[in-house]
Amino acid sequence: MCDTASPNKFVQKLDDYIDSLTYKKENLIGVLHYAQEIYGYLPDNVQWHIAQKLDIPSATVYGVVTFYSFFTMIPRGEHVVNVCTGTACFVRGAEKLKGELENQLKIKAGETTTDNLFTLETLRCVGACGLAPVMIVDGKVHGRMNEAQHINEVLAKYRPEI
Amino acid sequence: MDIQLTINDISLKVPEGMSILDAAKTVNIDIPTLCYLKLNEMHYNNNIASCRVCVVEVEGRRNLASSCSTPVASGMIVKTDSLRAIQARRAMVELLLSDHPKSCLTCAKNQDCDLQSLASELGVRHISYEGEESTFEIDKSSFSIVRDPNKCIRCRRCETMCNEVQTVGVYSAVGRGFNTVVKTAFDLPLHETSCTFCGQCIAVCPTGALTELDQVDKVWKALNDPNQFVVVQTAPAVRVALGEEFGLEPGTIVTGKMVGALRRLGFDRVFDTDFAADLTIMEEATELVHRIQHGGRLPLLTSCCPAWVKFFEHQFPDLLDIPSTCKSPHEMLGVLIKSYYAKSLGIDPKTITVVSVMPCVAKKYEAARPELAQGAETADVDIVITTRELARMIREASIHFDHLKDKEFDHPLGESTGAAIIFGATGGVLEAALRTAYEVLTGETLEKVEFEALRGMDGIKEAVIPIAGRDYRIAVIHGLGNARTVLEKIRAGEINYDVIEIMACPGGCIGGGGQPYHHGNMDILAARAAAIYREDRAKPLRKSHENLAIISLYKDYLGEPYGKKAHQLLHTSYTPRKKI
Ligand code: SF4
Ligand code: SF4
Ligand code: SF4
Ligand code: FES
Ligand code: FES
Repeated sequence: MCDTASPNKFVQKLDDYIDSLTYKKENLIGVLHYAQEIYGYLPDNVQWHIAQKLDIPSATVYGVVTFYSFFTMIPRGEHVVNVCTGTACFVRGAEKLKGELENQLKIKAGETTTDNLFTLETLRCVGACGLAPVMIVDGKVHGRMNEAQHINEVLAKYRPEI
Repeated sequence: MDIQLTINDISLKVPEGMSILDAAKTVNIDIPTLCYLKLNEMHYNNNIASCRVCVVEVEGRRNLASSCSTPVASGMIVKTDSLRAIQARRAMVELLLSDHPKSCLTCAKNQDCDLQSLASELGVRHISYEGEESTFEIDKSSFSIVRDPNKCIRCRRCETMCNEVQTVGVYSAVGRGFNTVVKTAFDLPLHETSCTFCGQCIAVCPTGALTELDQVDKVWKALNDPNQFVVVQTAPAVRVALGEEFGLEPGTIVTGKMVGALRRLGFDRVFDTDFAADLTIMEEATELVHRIQHGGRLPLLTSCCPAWVKFFEHQFPDLLDIPSTCKSPHEMLGVLIKSYYAKSLGIDPKTITVVSVMPCVAKKYEAARPELAQGAETADVDIVITTRELARMIREASIHFDHLKDKEFDHPLGESTGAAIIFGATGGVLEAALRTAYEVLTGETLEKVEFEALRGMDGIKEAVIPIAGRDYRIAVIHGLGNARTVLEKIRAGEINYDVIEIMACPGGCIGGGGQPYHHGNMDILAARAAAIYREDRAKPLRKSHENLAIISLYKDYLGEPYGKKAHQLLHTSYTPRKKI
């Protein structure tokens, strides 16, 4: 698998960043953050590359990536749709909202649409409880998402015009 | 400063910082443990306090304390045997069992499993929790190790062994909380990782989650095939450990009974890997002299440990020209059985099956390496079984081990000297090499054959030995982490030696991953090492070059040590590999 260790344009950027660090092994989490910013996610070959550069076992890198929820190993779509599953949202229909999104996007939470446009995820209370249930698209909060029609309209804003 | 506390109404004083568990031990109070394991001799300490099997009651505290991780405090009053503590322990084991496969009866670890014995000791009679059993795929990809993650209790003993002692880093805890599993990088099959197959993770795994790849059936098949001439060989470390499987004291030497058992099992010839250990000395010592005389690269690194070989192929691919090119002893013997010995009997090597009985699981992988398995007409060695597997065969055949009569190895490949037997303990290979090198280089008789400086459990031992006007700088290393430390210094040009012996397993092969389980008792390893040196002292010949069968092998068949024919049969090459 590792033979594919992506010889792509970003590798140099990542290597430069790692080279600039005084403490390398100690900065594993920072390096992973940086890599995820560049690649959008952390595929096996990127993790392997980091393990080589930092001179630590790949299993250690893999362990850290799977431990923290902010790291992802699946490619993300262009837009990330998050459903809040905090208590207030839960009470006011977060499950229904999630189901409706799964329905409209034809994917399950944690997955990405085949056209790579949307990734659906869940997170905990975002502090907009007054607007529950809420969904967040690329960081922007959309509240009172109870109606299928309304949800569809919000998503439409992120679809390219045809 | 000493601290006073009370455990089960016994007042005691122990040093500050000691755990309740260790404090209790000083007054002979045992507390059951499961995840916790500390092996001082190899600087191994797995202290993650996750299983809570070791809980005790501490007066004034609401919650029970894990005794393995809670330090003693002044005036502490501890109860290890209160009903509450006992019930809590039982509940923890029940929880572990709730999602554990209930296949003890058919498990490779049956009767050697710490979880099983805990359940028995704590009187678990039913499991009050319903848990869904996991359905991970069993990893049988390698030639050495089987990983069944369904039986993993997440104690992380394997991870600590592989990361901290061996510094290979194959395993990591993956995921979070209840969903944590111990896995390889990217969930790769073991065969595709940098695993060296030393088997030390098997040696510390308390359950059947890590076991050797069982080859016993293959041996039975060969033995029952009328067209196969089945030859067996046994490594030095097997004879000082096999007895443990039959209830004998650790350190009992069972060479004669072992040979007797092998005959009863139906092997056509019973040879001794020790013969090939003597041969290795002849080849390796000549190789060293050759390198010194021709300005070759130093240090020479021994190459009889296949786990160590795989380790440097992955971790030090830039240094592949320094290890000795000698095959490991059992491979040497295998190729000789199929050439020299087959010729002397006049039989077709293809009808010979060579079985090696080894303390080692890495040798299973080694026997399958393409250059050793396909290069010649047939593989050097066909099947490798561990000490544990041999014991299993003896039991399966209902042989009463302790009633067996002592038997002798067959000639000529069963002849050996005391120098060969000590290959089984760390330091033995170089001690044996020095016995020969001294006499060959000086032409004088070596009176004191014992090199105490090379013996014992220190991870890195060094000595400077003057022979014939030259100082030989030597080092003896066991444990792969220690090997890494020294090799990194050599790579950086900070130190150098003439020759280094390296064994992957702590203690050398007596502590191999295929030996009877030590269950954390390091005295067992010490007893095995002592037995090795006893066996050496009892041998009439103690120097490899005095082995008469070796002398005639060179005279009649091989020619010169390190010569053309020897190269062809007894030497090998290495492959750079990726670090995963
Ligand atoms: S066999 Fe040795 S190298 Fe391989 S995983 Fe186990 S401890 Fe690590
Ligand atoms: S494989 Fe064995 S040693 Fe490793 S965590 Fe699981 S139970 Fe513990
Ligand atoms: S030290 Fe011995 S038992 Fe351990 S891996 Fe090496 S050869 Fe095998
Ligand atoms: S619970 Fe959803 S925003 Fe607070
Ligand atoms: S043995 Fe103490 S917590 Fe596992």
